[in-house]
Amino acid sequence: MPVNIIVTAKQVIDPETPASSLRLNAQTKRMETPPNVPPVINGFDENAVEAALRIKDAQGGKVTVISVGKAFVTDVVKKPLSMGCDELVLIQDDAADTFDGYATAQVLAAAIKKIGTYDLVICGRQASDFDQAYVPLGIAELLGIPCVTIGQKVDVKDKNVTVGRAFADSTEVVESPMPALVTVSNELGQPRYPSLRGIMAAGRKQPISWKLADLGLNAAQLEAKVEMLELFIPAREKKCEIIDGENEEDKGRKLALKLREAKLI
Amino acid sequence: MADPNGVLIIAELAEGKVASVTAELATIGAQLAKSLGQELSVIVAAHKVATSAGEASHLGVSKVYTVENSLLAGFQIEAHLVALAAAIKQINPRIILVARSVIGRDLGPRLAFRLGVGIAQDTVDLSWDAGHHALVATRPVYGGASMAKVAVKSVPAVATVRPKVFDPIANSAPGQIVPLTVSIDPKSVMTKVLSQQKQAATGIKLEEARIVIGGGRGLGGPEPFKVLDEVAKELKAAVGASRAACDAGWVPHTYQIGLTGKSISADLYITVGISGASQHLAGISTVKNVVAINKDADANIFKEARYGVVGDWNKVLPAFLTAVRELNSNR
Repeated sequence: MPVNIIVTAKQVIDPETPASSLRLNAQTKRMETPPNVPPVINGFDENAVEAALRIKDAQGGKVTVISVGKAFVTDVVKKPLSMGCDELVLIQDDAADTFDGYATAQVLAAAIKKIGTYDLVICGRQASDFDQAYVPLGIAELLGIPCVTIGQKVDVKDKNVTVGRAFADSTEVVESPMPALVTVSNELGQPRYPSLRGIMAAGRKQPISWKLADLGLNAAQLEAKVEMLELFIPAREKKCEIIDGENEEDKGRKLALKLREAKLI
Repeated sequence: MADPNGVLIIAELAEGKVASVTAELATIGAQLAKSLGQELSVIVAAHKVATSAGEASHLGVSKVYTVENSLLAGFQIEAHLVALAAAIKQINPRIILVARSVIGRDLGPRLAFRLGVGIAQDTVDLSWDAGHHALVATRPVYGGASMAKVAVKSVPAVATVRPKVFDPIANSAPGQIVPLTVSIDPKSVMTKVLSQQKQAATGIKLEEARIVIGGGRGLGGPEPFKVLDEVAKELKAAVGASRAACDAGWVPHTYQIGLTGKSISADLYITVGISGASQHLAGISTVKNVVAINKDADANIFKEARYGVVGDWNKVLPAFLTAVRELNSNR
């Protein structure tokens, strides 16, 4: 049975950027990268794309990717298309940067409703910038569909989705009727690399552009419920005390004594 | 209806007992209640509440609200959401606190959406700000590279609290137990657990350990983790690893500490051959004391460390282990 899947993807600053080259912009209350460091698709969202494409590979269907943002970098947001997704919907808005999770979920849920037919929504478990793990749960609540988080394996059978979930000390398999929303984690496995053909096809494909007005949202739905007061880099009072010694073995011994003295061991 | 009032913490149960994260919530909940000049209460929703409600009554609370229903057996999230949302409408609290545990990280946000209010996720500090007339929360963002201070403007305000940041509250005289009547439509239960498998207990849980020892790329292979295991045994510590060590297949991914792994809040975290990439640091932002053992004196981890040893772990660690054994035997 072909499956209609919607994947949400967020453009974020590259989390592998060394902390030392990140700059804090106190005005916008955002971190900024040097101009030569391009943004990336949130890693967990690439896992979501991979999960969707595996289902499409196995049983056919269509994968639509939705992204909300202020300034899209075309090559970056088109990556899911080059991986094999069918459509890309971009919702650009100058205020998108200041949306809180509540507003972002409203926008994505409205876009999913506008797309209309879907069996499954797959999202990354959280974004690497604000780490909230909040928006996908909000989308599910707003759409009134069941939600299963932190999937490492997602399978569709008839009208149900089964999700293998991984925790610190246990695993479980959860079944849900569709339509449903599933979030996935990196345990799902490496996302595929775009093929050359995929990159060519993605280059030719025009994303669908929607404005907030197209989604019929009112101002009250987008009003922030959580206001960012301040973004700051915590003062590090940690001064590292280097344990010295006659040789490396001696340093090891002295470290043990030091930690005992500090009552840490 | 009266104005929303008080701080409500949502109890989490582990095998029928109140989980330690709930006692941690009570600590910060009590501080917030004091700032507000209002009461602290707790809600226990379960199949059977008698034992757990009794336990929860000692968490420094004035009231324990209970909801008892067979649909609340195990942790069926949809049934819990229906029960808690209905109960909260009756209780009418000003602030709701949820532990950011495996359960709470789903429950907190969904509950907030269901109530139509805002939430601060994964908070490490909370205060009542009379000026903003709002719950103000501090939370790590950008993988711990910076912190955000946010005001939850909605009423009630919800926050999930990172485990192990606050100490559990000391036992107090019992609060009053108040059973609530809430009906749960069985149709609201949509997902079902088909199977569950416990992984073999491999010692102390990383997230709960007071001492953690972690290995990274610098160890060079799976074999050295045996030395880490021995140190861990001696220190009653848990063993973790960086993403590099997990991706190389030296240890399972369940060991991974960092942005895509676990967050730890240990008192002591001994890193061995870990360079300190921001990906890894994201998981240790609430660790109290970091120790770095690394042969590269310029490694970023020394900037995060309280104590450092520049040297080959192969020589440093066995000597460290011997010394710890001596110290422990002379105790």
